[in-house]
Amino acid sequence: MSQAARALDRIFRAESGPVLATLIRVLGDFQLAEDALQDALTAALESWSKDGLPASPGAWLSTTARRKAVDRLRHLRIAEAKSSELALSIRLDQEAHGPPDELEVSPVPDDQLRLIFTCCHPALSREAQVALTLRLLGGLSIAEIARAFLVNEATIAQRVARAKQKIARARIPYEIPNRDSLATRLEAVLSVLYLVFNEGYLATSHGQLVRGDVVADALGLARSLSALLPDEPEPKGLLALMLLHDSRREARVSDEGDLVLLEDQDRTKWKRPQIEEGVRLVEEALRMGRPGPYQIQGAIAAVHAEAPTATDTDWRQIAVLYDQLLHYERTPVIELNRAVAVSFAVSPVEGLTLLEGIERTGALEQYAPFHLARADMFRRLGRSDEAQGCYRRALPFAQNEQVRRFIELRLHGTDESSARSCP
Amino acid sequence: MKYALLIYAAEKDWAKKSKEEQGSIYNEYMAYTVELKKSGKLLSCEPLDPTSTATTIRVRSGKTVPTDGPFADTKEQLGGIYVVDVKDLNEAIAWASKIPDARTGSIEVRPLMNVPEM
Repeated sequence: MSQAARALDRIFRAESGPVLATLIRVLGDFQLAEDALQDALTAALESWSKDGLPASPGAWLSTTARRKAVDRLRHLRIAEAKSSELALSIRLDQEAHGPPDELEVSPVPDDQLRLIFTCCHPALSREAQVALTLRLLGGLSIAEIARAFLVNEATIAQRVARAKQKIARARIPYEIPNRDSLATRLEAVLSVLYLVFNEGYLATSHGQLVRGDVVADALGLARSLSALLPDEPEPKGLLALMLLHDSRREARVSDEGDLVLLEDQDRTKWKRPQIEEGVRLVEEALRMGRPGPYQIQGAIAAVHAEAPTATDTDWRQIAVLYDQLLHYERTPVIELNRAVAVSFAVSPVEGLTLLEGIERTGALEQYAPFHLARADMFRRLGRSDEAQGCYRRALPFAQNEQVRRFIELRLHGTDESSARSCP
Repeated sequence: MKYALLIYAAEKDWAKKSKEEQGSIYNEYMAYTVELKKSGKLLSCEPLDPTSTATTIRVRSGKTVPTDGPFADTKEQLGGIYVVDVKDLNEAIAWASKIPDARTGSIEVRPLMNVPEM
């Protein structure tokens, strides 16, 4: 791709979501809006490379897409379009012949919120919510989504088509939820965005540890959401959480491609500007006096980020924050994280006692991080035989190649150290 | 005495049929509807959109939990239907969540198919 083409691609990606959101409201039809936007992008490619960028690319694309929609509807009308489409086509026709200053359409921020809440409507399955959000708001192609989730393209295409059909036929409204339902509806949006981020960041069962494009998409969407809902603290908390995790991206993988634990990371590789923004956002959100799970997780990430070295980490503070998080979500994984914090704040023996409680439920038996946390506590107590046993139990459940290599290194490492301790 | 005649059929089989076969079944349905209407015994009839447009509502601990897809549990049985005319799916879900059995059972919300001649 040439430099100019790359620049255009960047603009297209940034503008597509907002432009599409407004087109869907104006046209009242997802498919027509997408087709019209595609026509406008094709026109832009030709016109912009010849005449240069317009002053407002978003408004240019919106206006052109609307004209293209009128063209498409004219064709439909010839092919005996449905009466509702006819009426719309006539209305758009009249608007197109109005005074030129009225013709200029700019993307409306509220439309993006409408689109976010529609894509993440609870009547759609989680998989459909994720695919629609990435396709319509993130501007990822079907092929890119398929690659990110290791699903074949036909499956993703069908998922997106079926979701759009359900929105139209079951009449899922294109609107921002009212005050009463905003909190519950927002939960779904936040968890979709966090799932997208984690898919990119953790790249489960994937050769690669971090998938930059998906991470960037999730970050961008969280950033718009938090700007669109400035009075809501949880979107700020989520954005902070993502920024703080992502600030450690470079340090998380060694030159050999191995996973590096938080305590072993080279903290000079952490991105300071991102940390500063993340910490500032967490503080801003918490000052609003309505704490929630994403703000607390953001606060935990901030405590880690602010420690100059691993041994300086304020584990007491982290243990307290995990206690608070358990009030919102009592899940075995959060209990595991709290046990790890306690093992550093108090002692590994305390941590192991908490882990025994989790083990009795059997919930994390197939979760490698559980066995790894336990192995680490045994290792810190110098009980290397028990540590080895835990590493071996973790091995079959390693989420990806990097984790598997990490466990094998540790198994090997403990072998060596125990061999050395033999007289 | 009033009766509800509930139609159960495999959607997959319908999709596999040719356009001609579908057309002939459709005409059969139309003829049947006309016959029933003429007999004066028809109270109402409502063809439904396919299950891909369905949403199932459950109210648990006071919270409305919608899930994508049709009702698919054999432990519960069809106990009745309401047909409502509302603005959109959100309003339909709001009414569905007030049905007493939503607290222990499930309410499937399915759009009616738009067949003008019926």
